[in-house]
Amino acid sequence: MSVAERRETLRYVLLLVPALLLLLVLFVYPLSGIVNRSVYKNGYTLDAYRQIVGVPVYVQVIARTFRTAALVTLLCLALGYPLAYRLATLRPRTARLVMIVVVLPFFTSVIVRTYAWMVLLGRTGLVNQSLTALGLAPGPLPLLYNQAGVLVGMTYVLLPYMVLTLYSVMRGIDGALIRAAYGLGASRLQVFRRIFLPLSLPGVAGGTLLVFILSLGFFITPALMGGPADMMIAMLIEREVEITLNWAFASALAVILLALTLVGFVGYNRIIRLDRIFEARG
Amino acid sequence: MAPAERLDGGAEVRLHELTKTYGAVVAVRDVSLTIAPGSFFTFLGPSGSGKTTTLMMVAGFVHPTRGELFVDGAPMGGRPPQKRDLGMVFQSYAVFPHLTVSENVAFPLQVRKLGRAEIDRRVGEALELVRLRGYEQRLPRQLSGGEQQRVAMARALVFRPRVLLMDEPLGALDKKLRTHMQLELKDIQHRLHVTVLYVTHDQEEALTMSDGVAVMRDGRIEQVGTPSELYEAPASRFVADFVGDSNFLDATVVGPAPAGGWLCRAPGGLEFRGIGAGSLRTGQAITAAIRPEKLVPAEEAGGTGPGPGHNVCKGVVEEAIYVGDATRYRVTLGPEGSLTVKLANRLAVRPLTPGATVALAWSPDETRLFPRSEA
Repeated sequence: MSVAERRETLRYVLLLVPALLLLLVLFVYPLSGIVNRSVYKNGYTLDAYRQIVGVPVYVQVIARTFRTAALVTLLCLALGYPLAYRLATLRPRTARLVMIVVVLPFFTSVIVRTYAWMVLLGRTGLVNQSLTALGLAPGPLPLLYNQAGVLVGMTYVLLPYMVLTLYSVMRGIDGALIRAAYGLGASRLQVFRRIFLPLSLPGVAGGTLLVFILSLGFFITPALMGGPADMMIAMLIEREVEITLNWAFASALAVILLALTLVGFVGYNRIIRLDRIFEARG
Repeated sequence: MAPAERLDGGAEVRLHELTKTYGAVVAVRDVSLTIAPGSFFTFLGPSGSGKTTTLMMVAGFVHPTRGELFVDGAPMGGRPPQKRDLGMVFQSYAVFPHLTVSENVAFPLQVRKLGRAEIDRRVGEALELVRLRGYEQRLPRQLSGGEQQRVAMARALVFRPRVLLMDEPLGALDKKLRTHMQLELKDIQHRLHVTVLYVTHDQEEALTMSDGVAVMRDGRIEQVGTPSELYEAPASRFVADFVGDSNFLDATVVGPAPAGGWLCRAPGGLEFRGIGAGSLRTGQAITAAIRPEKLVPAEEAGGTGPGPGHNVCKGVVEEAIYVGDATRYRVTLGPEGSLTVKLANRLAVRPLTPGATVALAWSPDETRLFPRSEA
């Protein structure tokens, strides 16, 4: 490495310093506190972890959390991909307008939006009334306080993240590549399957990862729209902190959530090869 | 050598009053042309002249507002790009970044559902043609610009289109590589006998490669001709300026010259003869265009002096710029302005000395007169 290159590298490292400091103070330090608390209760002990692994209910909550997150991610992808695709093929001006509609929910708090869904999905809510009136359902369907409610609510809240991630990648796909594919004789379906879809995979990878990780720690929506049987790990942590005041146990849960998320990320990277996907662009 | 199978000749491409408007803006206006089968035809013009839009209409990516397009007599109107069977090379190469070289080249054959063996054979041939054997498994990002360009070429030719469209395909390459690729391109075109429609803003490139050139300006065709026609007999001041270098002298038509052509007088009193591009009349304001290399020191013009019919003027050599194969001199005439003179650097040609007075001679046949109203 030449002197000039080394100075270049140094400059980039310096640019990273503020972010690193911020992470150190606001993330690493408190995190180490949590890790410490999870193993300290009148002396160092692994009791909290033993309890989590030993009691089936806790393991079930963790498993349910991952299952729910996976389902929400799939739903977001299924709904978000066609939307982002359409957006990416619209004229930029029209796309911007539609994009405002997509991000509009961000301007309201999650709680308000979740309550709105509760009004819609309740026993006497708009959805059930319409279904009954149209004769499509014999009576009110159980849409709330169960897994269906949780999935609807979480998918709704997280969909914009998926759409935004997909959209930014899709917009970045060089239009000349698409035109070239048509010019070479490919049909619409062939262009999509052979060119557009593979080139949009970084967006799929990024979007699903983002939504999945956000889903894992979701609290408000499942707490309000789910039933007692739909408890997720964040709700469990909250209960331990607020009600049982078992901070060691809550910390251990948090550490396990973090560890499992990291394991999931590494495994995902193994399968999808994020690094290679992002490198292969352009 | 690859068994570079000749196509059954390139196709004839005919454009009839092709027009494209965007709102009030006219991008292309009434472009009518017939491009002979197997010829190398170039659309030349500055950016915004409508050359790329014209090409995109041929390709089918832009729908003409008016006019028609025929390939070998078959109307293309309403036919989407994927049904036109035209090869296309983009300025950005548009090589698929997620596919290897051979996958890129195989793409047009795969979408045509050709058999595996046939695809392999043809991909091999195409890569041989552009001399990219051994690069089959590379990804585009592992290739240089010139190599990506070759992939794009192979991919555009592998399905044996009868017309190849190229939009500034060499624009992103450095000069040396560009010159090299120009030769290769010509060679490939000759061997395959494909009709090439080429777009460039580089007049030198247009002159060296083309059988025919359409110079475009503001969406219209300014002149169509062979490279030498454009260079030797430009139809407008714009063409004289855009294709090659020209000296421009403002003058007024005095009247028809007895020996043919028109006699003109510049404001400073300089009189010369020239050929009118278009019809002229006595008293008309004109601009005369003279190529820098057509001006020679008077004593060189015919050995002993300027020929009888030659135009002659006198000026002072202002500066000399050495450009390798030639030297360019700026010679100030007086009120008429100054002329650029280009003399080949040969032993037989005596260089001019800055500060010296020199007499210049040039042929009336190499003096083009344009009515000045056209600016």
